Amino acid sequence: MKLGILINEGPYQHQASDTALQYVKAAIKKGHEIYRVFFYNDGVNNATRFATPPKDDRNITNEWSNLAKEHGVDLVVCVAAAQRRGILDKGEAERNGKDSDNIADGFRISGLGQLVEAGIQADRLITFGD
Amino acid sequence: MSEEAIIKKFMYVNRKSPYGTIYALESLEVVLITAAFDQDVSLTFTDDGVYQLMKDQNTDGIGMKNFSSTYAALGDYEVKKIYIDQESLDERGLSVSDLQELVWEDEDEDYAEKSSINLVSRAELSEIMSQQDIVMSF
Amino acid sequence: MKMLHTVNKSPFENSTVISCISMCAKNSSILFIEDAVISVMKSTKFSNTISNSLKDFKMYALKPDLEARGLSLDNVIEGVEIVGYEEFVDLTTEHDSVQSWL
Repeated sequence: MKLGILINEGPYQHQASDTALQYVKAAIKKGHEIYRVFFYNDGVNNATRFATPPKDDRNITNEWSNLAKEHGVDLVVCVAAAQRRGILDKGEAERNGKDSDNIADGFRISGLGQLVEAGIQADRLITFGD
Repeated sequence: MSEEAIIKKFMYVNRKSPYGTIYALESLEVVLITAAFDQDVSLTFTDDGVYQLMKDQNTDGIGMKNFSSTYAALGDYEVKKIYIDQESLDERGLSVSDLQELVWEDEDEDYAEKSSINLVSRAELSEIMSQQDIVMSF
Repeated sequence: MKMLHTVNKSPFENSTVISCISMCAKNSSILFIEDAVISVMKSTKFSNTISNSLKDFKMYALKPDLEARGLSLDNVIEGVEIVGYEEFVDLTTEHDSVQSWL
């Protein structure tokens, strides 16, 4: 099946992103296709490459980036939610007069339409949040 | 089959009071985008979500943007199935007259204004929810 | 349509578990994840509610979340099925849709 995933909370503060990671890995192992992972609300905070957790703990951002790299998972960050919370790619940084960008590998910034499209095209949409 | 030809039933469930968290505002943004994709959209307000529709919201004192007038635009986006949980109102000492009147214009009846609001019991809501293709709770 | 409901908050923290149960149609299923696994333990003030609800819906609890919280699998209310992440995936595909209660 094609699965759409919506993540509404940031890393570490809530278990949402961790549960989503475990779910996605299990789904891939079972041969399902992850149509898209959409990050909304504080979920956009999963996409900063500046996260520096302790070395003996998991690096949630990197885990998502690795899924993108190894399995081609489409990681989309909502542009409006990202702007509010300061997650920017190069284009957004330039457009908004910021001196730097911070988006991690494998993530891309796009509109809420990508979430709706995932709802339409995927067989199931599962939300992980507060 | 093109993407535009697929119409799914999307329900958005609002359970939280506005302003204490961002969920009310950001869920409204998703609702409007979904309607723009010509999907079959309905909204449910239950538990503290009923407070999102309170009239006379004044946010001057808290320094936050008052977005309550956006709900009135839902009808213009063809979002006309709004379900309000009667028991949630009762538990909170509220009635539908405390809430904004949300309407839509029926172009088949000379643009007559009709109420978008459906007061439902939890049993009815349960049945409506089970008919949806996608339910998102914020 | 058969719906899978997921709940992730402890019933002691907020009323989401209770709201979900009150609005879950018969023949739907409820999966307790994260802090909500506390709901399925015996001898809490919510245990009777959960036990009684088993007449109307199937209930599942995520094993890794029980173990993480030091909750003994032997102390889970009878009738609640304990599952892993792979079965979580199966539950989402076997039901017609998923509602995550947040």
